[in-house]
Amino acid sequence: MKKFVALFKARTMEFIRDRGALTWNILFPVLMVFGFAGAFSGNGDSLFTVGVVGGGETPARFADIPGVEFLHYDEGDGNSLETAVNRLRQHQIDMVIDLAREEYYLNSESSSSEILRTLFESTAGANRARTETSTGNAAASTVPEAETTFVERQIAGEPIRYVDWVVPGVIGMNMMFSCLFGVGFVLVRYRKNGVLKRLKATPVSAFTFVSAQVASRVVIVLITSTFVYVGTNAFLQFTMHGSYLLLLLLMTLAVISMIGIGLLFAGRLKSEELAGGLMNLVIFPMIVLSGVFFSLEGASDLVRQISSVLPLTHFVDGARAVMLDGAGLVQLLPNLLVLAGSSLLFLLVSAALFRWE
Amino acid sequence: MSSIISVRNLHKRYRAVTAVDGVTFDVPEGICFGLLGPNGAGKTTTIEMMEGILKPSSGEIVFRDEPIGDHFKEKVGIQFQNTALPEFITVRETLELFASFYPNPRSLADIVDICSLGDIIDRDNRKLSGGQRQRLLLALAIVHRPELVFLDEPTTGLDPQARRNFWSLIERIKAERTTIILTTHYMDEAELLCDQVAIMDHGHVLELDAPHVLLDRHFRGAVIRVPDPGSRYLHDPDTLPAGAVVRDGSVELVSDRIDESIRTLLDADLNLDGLSVHKPDLEDLFLKLTGSSLRA
Repeated sequence: MKKFVALFKARTMEFIRDRGALTWNILFPVLMVFGFAGAFSGNGDSLFTVGVVGGGETPARFADIPGVEFLHYDEGDGNSLETAVNRLRQHQIDMVIDLAREEYYLNSESSSSEILRTLFESTAGANRARTETSTGNAAASTVPEAETTFVERQIAGEPIRYVDWVVPGVIGMNMMFSCLFGVGFVLVRYRKNGVLKRLKATPVSAFTFVSAQVASRVVIVLITSTFVYVGTNAFLQFTMHGSYLLLLLLMTLAVISMIGIGLLFAGRLKSEELAGGLMNLVIFPMIVLSGVFFSLEGASDLVRQISSVLPLTHFVDGARAVMLDGAGLVQLLPNLLVLAGSSLLFLLVSAALFRWE
Repeated sequence: MSSIISVRNLHKRYRAVTAVDGVTFDVPEGICFGLLGPNGAGKTTTIEMMEGILKPSSGEIVFRDEPIGDHFKEKVGIQFQNTALPEFITVRETLELFASFYPNPRSLADIVDICSLGDIIDRDNRKLSGGQRQRLLLALAIVHRPELVFLDEPTTGLDPQARRNFWSLIERIKAERTTIILTTHYMDEAELLCDQVAIMDHGHVLELDAPHVLLDRHFRGAVIRVPDPGSRYLHDPDTLPAGAVVRDGSVELVSDRIDESIRTLLDADLNLDGLSVHKPDLEDLFLKLTGSSLRA
């Protein structure tokens, strides 16, 4: 334990005293968050997006509405409608059509929904739908036209700004950089310049050394991420409907999982250039395919399947679920289990691969 | 004197290259043992196998008559040839870090005093000079009172003053009866510090004994050396004066009758510009044994 504490302290001090690295670790995500907040504020209502669930072809009366993008929700777990309605509640889409139940949902607090409703009714040619509006729970009324059997349901919800949506992604991306480069890259450098060889000559075990590196990085990433969140939240007041404790748990597992990826590269490599190249091979797909900056709801099945195995996806999705939807432990369990499992897998494989030299 | 560590028929092969080829020797306890040889002689490979860092291809290493075991690392100290220090931490923190790895380390004050680190104790490792860095690395090697210390070319790259300072530190560790195994290609360093030396080349031990014994065995008298411009005698060795040899671009004659030998060289019509006469040293011995310069 004495060795672990000493190594933990040394690595943490090394990072804290490296002012450039410390500053950039904090400054980079802060700049990203403020950048996104500025760049994408106020233009969220400029596009009509309609979510479609239930399979089959979208009826002409909907498909004929001009200037609308249709997003098909098919999660295969029976939750497609709930997911789509949540997006509607958060103003991320403007309408949901359930083809199986012949229902469509509108957000009573969204001007886009209202415009779409008008467009839909004019397209349908029969605009005498009576609507009973309720907040949160759906209330139904039929559209009495012969050809219009779809039932209109209305929900309500505050809009989610893009910055609220993107902040978990930015923090997750920063965590990924910090974990991969802060552990993987550093261990490769230690190996290259002989620090690992020197430690090999001491009674320190590889397990003690690596676990101290992991623990140090977990603490560093959690503190810097919290600092970034709290600091930017003071100005931007992010939406937070869930538990901070649950968010911390999710973040901790994600950090360990991504450190595990870093350790996979650090196992034997001695070239920083090669390590950097290989890490980019993981980093760029994770940024693109984990929904950091944009939603993958309209992406192909293949892309979504690849996305579902990436740890960053589970952090970003889980964090958004906690912050934007107020998800609890039960809803978050799949993300937590994937992150815990991947952490265990990556750490075991990297332990087997690790060599001092 | 009992041996603290012994190597028996040690081999290390890297595919087509044999770096160490059947090395055998014993290191008596409490001495400074030198492994000498040019770059590529196999001395670092030999020492790293003895340290337990490299696995031998074949052969045996015994420490106190037992194969190297779990507690070996607690009983030996190592200063590698090329080692970076952790960055952004001070000399004090580095010493405390390494001291924490061992059950009974020296006190900070003790190790600072032995290795003369008082002036730089709170300095960042990145800001140490070459000599200061080597002193800290030596301190890390002896922080736990090891029974055996390996020093792999510890003064390479240091200026003459720093080298001399480092030698005094090694003398101080020797005075504690700690066994030292030193690799170097500085012959003055080996002659000054080592009680026994093993001269290696091409993975073999060529000679092993106390430096003065080796010199007495191979040389009687002084070494007379005259440059051989144009390699005249290298191309036509039959015309060499009696008893002379060509080594490393010079005509060399070992003799205890210096005046007669110089006369012989004059009679052979040699140009005596650049003539030197000196007591034989380990470098002369290495030239004699291998026919090439130690620093080649």
